Amino acid sequence: MKMKITSSNSVQRATRRWGLFFLGPVTAAFIIGFIWPFLQGIWLSLCRFKTISNAKFIGLDNYVKAFSDVGFRHAFWYTTMFTVVSLVLINVLAFAVAYFLTQGIKGSNLFRTVFFMPNLIGGIVLGYIWSMIFDGILSWWSTSILLESKYGFWGLIILMCWQQVGYMMIIYIAGLQNVPGEMLEAARIDGATRTQTLFKVTIPNVMPSITICMFLSLTNGFKLFDQNLALTGGQPFIIQPGGATIKTTEMLALNIFNTFNASGGSSQGVAQAKAVVFFVLVAGLGLLQLGYTRKKEVQQ
Amino acid sequence: MNTQKTLSAEARRKATLSAVLAVICVIYVLPVVAVVINSFKLNTFVKTDTFALPTGNMWAGFENFIKGMTFGNYPFAKSVLYSVVITLLSTALILLCTSMAAWYIARVNSLFCKALYFLCVFSMVVPFQMVMFTLSKTANSVRLLGFWGPHLNTPWTIPIIYLGFGAGLAIFMFVGFVKSIPLEIEEAAAIDGCGPLRTYFSVVVPMLKPTMVSVGILEIMWVWNDFLLPYLVLDKNLYRTIPIHIQYLKGSYGTVDLGATMALILLSIIPVIVFYLTCQKHIIAGVAAGAVKG
Repeated sequence: MKMKITSSNSVQRATRRWGLFFLGPVTAAFIIGFIWPFLQGIWLSLCRFKTISNAKFIGLDNYVKAFSDVGFRHAFWYTTMFTVVSLVLINVLAFAVAYFLTQGIKGSNLFRTVFFMPNLIGGIVLGYIWSMIFDGILSWWSTSILLESKYGFWGLIILMCWQQVGYMMIIYIAGLQNVPGEMLEAARIDGATRTQTLFKVTIPNVMPSITICMFLSLTNGFKLFDQNLALTGGQPFIIQPGGATIKTTEMLALNIFNTFNASGGSSQGVAQAKAVVFFVLVAGLGLLQLGYTRKKEVQQ
Repeated sequence: MNTQKTLSAEARRKATLSAVLAVICVIYVLPVVAVVINSFKLNTFVKTDTFALPTGNMWAGFENFIKGMTFGNYPFAKSVLYSVVITLLSTALILLCTSMAAWYIARVNSLFCKALYFLCVFSMVVPFQMVMFTLSKTANSVRLLGFWGPHLNTPWTIPIIYLGFGAGLAIFMFVGFVKSIPLEIEEAAAIDGCGPLRTYFSVVVPMLKPTMVSVGILEIMWVWNDFLLPYLVLDKNLYRTIPIHIQYLKGSYGTVDLGATMALILLSIIPVIVFYLTCQKHIIAGVAAGAVKG
């Protein structure tokens, strides 16, 4: 026993000397690709700047400007609404499909393949495919998806369902296959109906999958960018009496992107402040998820 | 008699379910069918007769594909090439570097390792918008070897950016797996005279293969479809990836040939669908692993 401890220690010591070789590349790339931009981003959100080299500290001014921006506030509510609706629809549909596909019906594998397929197509391409389809349908009433914000909203919901249902379905199928067969058998013998079995036995047993999918669709909804840009790009626009423009179908990520690109770079500080707010929001949701799943793991 | 009756009722229920799901499946592939149909249609009819078959005077044939390859002042083939280069280089670099780092983190118990691991997990919850502006500026100013060599904003150096921003999930997944490998195997290798380098490359890497496939697939899907990072980092007049190319075509909406755009979209999703159908099992397993852990 003692021998083993020393040997493992000497292995560790021998390995330790190779630290630069094993960790060096990742650490360097991680500093360039994440740590430095992240810290610089926080610093710049407190500055006024045209170029990074002449940034001037101005305190929380950018944050005040960000929150008083009607476009940003609109994007916040719009994103929240979109996320809630898409979360409910995607999860209900995905669970239903997964439930039916695990009943041992003919063609399950083929169906699974088809439902998952849209997931591999990138957001930009998806957006253009669907903008052609919606415009094709709406042209019968001689209108377009860019002309009314409710078309843009429901269009994006349909697009996201088409893309995400297959993904969530995979997670639900994995959960459903872990429900103990004896439990379902026992419920059947005890005379439970199919609906009773579903709500009293199956759903409580797939709660971990449901939690994962809920959080995934929550963060996916908040972070949505490519599809939003490609489908409507924020259109239609409303020009307010004060001169401010509201892009009615613009979500948070797109709003931040547009603020960075707005008029000659004078609003980059505000855009960076918005990005920090966005980060706090998304990270908060993400950490909530991590904490929750970790608690679950302990219980199991 | 009674059981037979319930059996046939069960069979009927299953058959109905199959039929309903089959119909939904057909509806599900319709958007892709619409792309195929419209890629052979003349521009003016894409908007007016989106769902009609390209027959008679609507038929444009392969003209759309030929036209699509060259318009937008940028050859589509070049975008495909850059997409392939960036995806393959980034995935290879991420797999090699993060698996090495993850093994070291899991096996050596130092403060630096703990801090790096914590930062990796942290980076997983940071949205790209938080760093996009500063990251693109950093890529424009940092050179490959510090102060010498090309900047990090070319297709050959952007994999370093992908490694940096994407390290979190990969390291998280690899560390999780390495911790499940019994230490005794590596100790045996050490006793047999293997140094850390040999131990890693000839003992650990073969055991890591299933996780490598999962991580590799997640990275391929991410990098291939990613729009914003290359859009912000690369010089768009010189280098475009497929998503950037398609975004640029749409940017000139109205003047652009919709039939030809659909032809390009079709060309860009064919390889994805072929890739999916050939490694479907690995893709679904990889995605499930990434989702459950992330």
